[in-house]
Amino acid sequence: MNMFSLKSAALISALTLSAIMLLSGGPLAAETAEEKGLRIALEGEGRDKGFGNYTADQTMTLRNKRGQESERNLKFSVLENEADGDKSLIVFNRPRDVKGTAMLTHSHKVEDDDQWLFLPALKRVKRISSSNKASSFMGSEFAYEDMTSQEIKKYTYRWLRDEPCGESEEFTCWVSERSPIDKKSGYTRQVSWVDQEEYRVWKVEYYDRKDSHLKTLTVPSYQQYLGKHWRADEMMMVNHLTGKSTRLVWQNYAFGADLDDSDFTKVSLKRAR
Amino acid sequence: MALRGASALFLGGLLLLLAVPAGAEAVFQEVTGRFTLEGRYFPQSSIQSGQREQSLSVVGEPEVYLENEAGQGLLFKPFLRYDSADTRRSHWDIREAYGLFFGEFEDSEWELRAGIDKVFWGVAESRHLVDVINQTDLVEAPDQEEKLGQPMVHATWLNDYGAFEAFVLPYFRKRTFQGRAGRLRTALQIDGEQTSYESAAKQHHLDLAARYSHSIGALDFGLAWFEGTNRSPAFSIALDPGSSPVLVPFYEQMRQISLDAQITTGAWLLKFESFWRDGERNALSLEEDYLALVGGFEHTWYGILDSDTDLGLLLEFLYDDRGQRSTAVTEGDVFAALRLAFNDEASTDILFGIMQDLDKPTRSLFVDANRRLSDNIALGLEGTAFLNVDDEDGQFSLRRDSLLQLNLTYHY
Repeated sequence: MNMFSLKSAALISALTLSAIMLLSGGPLAAETAEEKGLRIALEGEGRDKGFGNYTADQTMTLRNKRGQESERNLKFSVLENEADGDKSLIVFNRPRDVKGTAMLTHSHKVEDDDQWLFLPALKRVKRISSSNKASSFMGSEFAYEDMTSQEIKKYTYRWLRDEPCGESEEFTCWVSERSPIDKKSGYTRQVSWVDQEEYRVWKVEYYDRKDSHLKTLTVPSYQQYLGKHWRADEMMMVNHLTGKSTRLVWQNYAFGADLDDSDFTKVSLKRAR
Repeated sequence: MALRGASALFLGGLLLLLAVPAGAEAVFQEVTGRFTLEGRYFPQSSIQSGQREQSLSVVGEPEVYLENEAGQGLLFKPFLRYDSADTRRSHWDIREAYGLFFGEFEDSEWELRAGIDKVFWGVAESRHLVDVINQTDLVEAPDQEEKLGQPMVHATWLNDYGAFEAFVLPYFRKRTFQGRAGRLRTALQIDGEQTSYESAAKQHHLDLAARYSHSIGALDFGLAWFEGTNRSPAFSIALDPGSSPVLVPFYEQMRQISLDAQITTGAWLLKFESFWRDGERNALSLEEDYLALVGGFEHTWYGILDSDTDLGLLLEFLYDDRGQRSTAVTEGDVFAALRLAFNDEASTDILFGIMQDLDKPTRSLFVDANRRLSDNIALGLEGTAFLNVDDEDGQFSLRRDSLLQLNLTYHY
């Protein structure tokens, strides 16, 4: 699932396994913290199922310690793919020197994702390593692993506690932790706040490989699309070690765009705009 | 310049092509492009008289793109360079000017591009061995990365079994060469006016190519065939109108089959390119079929020393089974490079490397660094040093042409 939806981020998804476990395993009382964490993640993902595809524009504002800002402008296309992992296409528009560069990702539920980069100056499609997970995406406080689909099976889960989602929120949140299975991830764990009404992620704390609190993501507001799918309007990622931050603003969400597998191939990558 | 007739024909043709299915005006249009100011400095004095130690160039490369409601597009991308030192390096070209159509048929996807376009094949970094569709715009850069626009009709058929591509190439582009006052030239001046061809059709020989490519898990590969005018010329010595000895390019008809493959596993990229070619003359001016290959790897360490910096190591071997009879300068060479990507706001990166001949002392060092200065402005530094150039080597005339180049580019 895609994080940008953040309906996915830590958090979310498809019932199957846990539903079976619950039905056959009896009362909730028997549920461990790990099972509960997974159940919340699966339910969250399950609720976002059926989004099909969408496109959206993203503006990224990078701010350094001295308060200097620079902007990136990207276009996202995402195709839901229940059989394996989702497919996504990111086309760069700004800064201008990378305009036309495009990144295609075929994510997988368990194995490493497949990633290709289109370089317009050479008209070259280059298969790239997806081990770049922990690297910064475009110099921002978001890492590649924050930008691509985050499949449920690539993490282990643990529910920690319930608490109000934030000072002004009327919602109660599940606070759970997930740990990436892949050693190439830059994180040991991510602690997330997911509301019990709509399974939206309001906050995530990222802990680096030394288990120090590296970054915090907050989501100020959501909008619902097609009467079902919640997407963040805005996200704020603050790096506590460097004092830098990145603000993402999402615009022009279009669900049910005319997209299918043929828009996420190495051939279509060359004509991405 | 050289492609007047053909390009006019093609442009006309593709305008027509686009107008027919669309029947409506563009719903999306975009004008982008770049201006580059380039300074070159050659620290060593020249061999030829009239050559200078420094030069200044300006480049303009606008791009106009129109798209109709169905997503079909029309693209026009001319290129112009003015160079202060070399009249032949001052040149223009149409890099791209094509109509783009695509659609679906049952379980397959098809795409058609008609006009002038650029096509890249291959996976290696040290040399683009199997990449044969476009002619090299040699005056642009000694690394042969820059290409001239190629008139073509390019059809692609894509389904679960892979991508099948066919190319019809109705017009041949001559390679560009430095002028008398240009650096990085051959000892004898190349006289393009006297260019000759094996085919009686000359530049109008119909070249054909086909390619099958696919991705299966960690493997990406392409199998290709090309038959037509060799992009890389042979040379003979002749006299120019002023009775000075000159080199005259001769373009043979050749046939090649090629394979390029990359296995991507974890932080490793394993790369291989090879072709078998028939119809090309060797260094003794005799036709000899031969095999050439490039193979190697790229490995990246992400976030070295607890920083955001990625360090990549590239190692490639280049081989040509003609050995001493090879016309390529990379007939038995090893290429090694380090790439640092800082992953900062300015996307700073540095590539530093070496190409070493395995049976001669010839070696070249190169550096390529880039940094963004603002949303629109980027700075690039390139350097090449030719060291210990053997007098038997094809690069012998470049022995004093080591250079440093600074580019300032405004993108809009």
